[in-house]
Parts: sequence; structure tokens; C-alpha cells
Amino acid sequence: MALSKKSKTAFTDPLMSNNPISLQVLGICSALAVTTKLDTAIVMSFAVIAVLSVSNTVISILRKMIPTKVRIIVQLSIIASMVILTDLVLQAFFYDISKQLTVFVSLIITNCIIMGRAEAFAMQNGPGRSLLDGLGNGLGYGLILIGVAFFRELLGFGTIYGYKVIPESFYQAGYENMGLMVLSPGAFIILGLIVWAQRIIGKVEGE
Amino acid sequence: MEHYISLITKAVFVENILLAYFLGMCSFLAISKKVDASIGLGLAVTFVLTITAPVNWFIYTFLIGDGALTWARLPDINLSFLKPIVFIAVIAAMVQLVEMVIDRFSPALYQNLGIFLPLIAVNCSILGGSLFLVERDYTLLESTVFGFGSGLGWFLAIIAMASIRYRLRYSNVPLKLRGIGITMLLTGLLSIAFMSFGGIQL
Repeated sequence: MALSKKSKTAFTDPLMSNNPISLQVLGICSALAVTTKLDTAIVMSFAVIAVLSVSNTVISILRKMIPTKVRIIVQLSIIASMVILTDLVLQAFFYDISKQLTVFVSLIITNCIIMGRAEAFAMQNGPGRSLLDGLGNGLGYGLILIGVAFFRELLGFGTIYGYKVIPESFYQAGYENMGLMVLSPGAFIILGLIVWAQRIIGKVEGE
Repeated sequence: MEHYISLITKAVFVENILLAYFLGMCSFLAISKKVDASIGLGLAVTFVLTITAPVNWFIYTFLIGDGALTWARLPDINLSFLKPIVFIAVIAAMVQLVEMVIDRFSPALYQNLGIFLPLIAVNCSILGGSLFLVERDYTLLESTVFGFGSGLGWFLAIIAMASIRYRLRYSNVPLKLRGIGITMLLTGLLSIAFMSFGGIQL
């Protein structure tokens, strides 16, 4: 399938230059609570990608049938149904991780990215392009989530995806895991620094 | 009584819904630019949370929880998978109500909150509060107290951040760090400050 330039940017823009978390400032809500370890962050990213791309496509297909006045509630019910499906799939196949994610999978419903994309993109564009937009934004979200989780797990537990990476000799020489990273302030600080770095690299103007 | 005081302290300070569970960040980041709007939104969130927590408790306990329909002689039915969609519907209805009340009594505030009032419906802290009370098996009174406490905690956090950002206008923040970057770092520091309440036992 040959992609037109516009469809391509719908997919690639959100990855870096218009990232949903760091630049559009959407969806930070549920992003940070699941980032103490990489495995939960990865599962959460996939859940968001699945919900976002499917709900974007469905809303885009229905966009001409949805009355403008009640569109929010229609969008919410579509999104909520997708989230319930995802939650049930996770409980069936990844029971342990779904226990760790607790309420945060259900909270994808209120994740601003999903409503934001439905409202800003899927209501105006065709299903194919909306699917790409959903995938792109989901991936952009996942990138940041995994980035934050990587640093928190590395600095907080000395592991990456459960494998020890900091050698024992470091600990004997007096190195200690940073307890702060495991607690909530760690997530805020890491995300702040990532946003800063990204704005310097991406040459985006600050507010 | 002591139990409830300890519950409310925990919800406001120790397990602040914003600073410890990261719920309600979107509107927190967007609105904390202005002190007035922050106060308004904080009050609205507290109000909506205090109302939705007991309402959702009722709905969960008597309609959709495991064995909740025993009173209708349907003890085997478990509709708890419907929890998210039902909760969000209740919340949306409540938000509509609050919106109408604010529009009627304080048009200035209504102007200020603008687009963010309907967005309270998708404010994670409201849905999060309702989901937590099911997760933690609270009773009706506990749920109400917890809802109020969480709202109050959110209110405190957003006012603190709005005041800090007001002061920040006079400081020389690196260009690329302005906006969300510095706000995240500050929220981290605020979160550390709130953690110091951690050892309090009542």
C-alpha cells in the first residue's frame, strides 16, 4: 500500500516532533504510575496502542453518524468498551501483570490522549488515516513510558527488564540503588528531564 | 471517628491522588498556570469526587458487583466487568449537573474554567477515586470520606503548584525547560514534600 505523504506524517509526527506526552501534554495521568518496572510499562503501552488505534478507527467510521451534541458520550462509550475488552484479555493471558496494573488499565478510559485524538483527528479524517494516527500516538506514548520505566528500573532496582545490570562489585564499592526513583517523585523528575532533553534535541520552542 | 480522621489524612497527604498516584495530571498541568482557575477547578473536583464516590459505591454494591443482585433473586450474576463504563456514565452525569450549577451561580467562574469543566468527566482522579474504593472494599461512609479526602488532596496540590508557578514568572528558567518541563520537576519536589507526611500515625 503506497502511503500518501499526509498519511505518513499522521503516523510519524507523534513519535518525536509532536509526541502526545511530552509536546501535546496529554495522557500523563496513567502514564507514570506503571513505570516503576519495564514489564508493566511495556504491557501498558501495548494496551494503550490497542485501545487507541481501534477506538480511533471505529470513531472515524462512525463519524458521520454521531450527532455533534452527544459526541462526547458516544466516544466515551466506544472507548470504554475497548478498554473493557483489553482488560479482560489481559486478565486472561497476563494475569500477574494485570494484577500489578490494578486500576490503571481501566483508567485508560480517562486517558486524555484517547479522547483528544478522537476529538482532534478521528472526527475529521477517514478510518485508514485515523488508524495510523492512533498507532503513531500510541507508539509515541509507549516510547516515553518505556523511557521513564527504563531509567526508574535501572536507577531504582539496578535491573533492566528484571535482569541485573549493575555488577556486584559496584555495590561492594559503596554504590546504592536510589530509593527515590522507585517512589513517585522519581517519575516526575525523570519525565521532566526527558521532556527537557527532547525539546533541546527536537529544537522545539519552550512555552 | 479516629478511623475516619486517619483515612482522610492518608487520602490528603500520604497517598495524595495526584502526587502519589499521578491521577488528574492533564488538567493539573494545563490549569495550574492561573491561580483563580486552579481554585475553581480544585473546588469542582473536590465536589464531584465527594458526590460520585458514594453514588458509585451504591451502584457497585447493589447493581454490578459480584452477587450484588441477590436482592433481585439473581445471586449468580456478576456484572463487575461493566464497572468502568457504568462509573464513567455516572461521573459524566454528575459533571453535567455541576456544570449547570456553576453556570447558574457563578458565570465568572464558568468563563474561567471554559473547556476544562466538561473535561472533569475525563479527569482520571474522579474515575480513579471510584475504582480505588471498589479495589479497597470501602464501606459507604469510608467511600464518602475517601472521596472528599482525595478531592481535598488534589485541591491542595493544584493550588500549591499554581502559586509556585505564579512566583516562577520572575525567575530565569532555561528556555527549553519552560512549560511542562519545569512543572514536572516542581511536581516531583512537591511530591517529595508530601511524602514527609508518610510517618504520621493517628
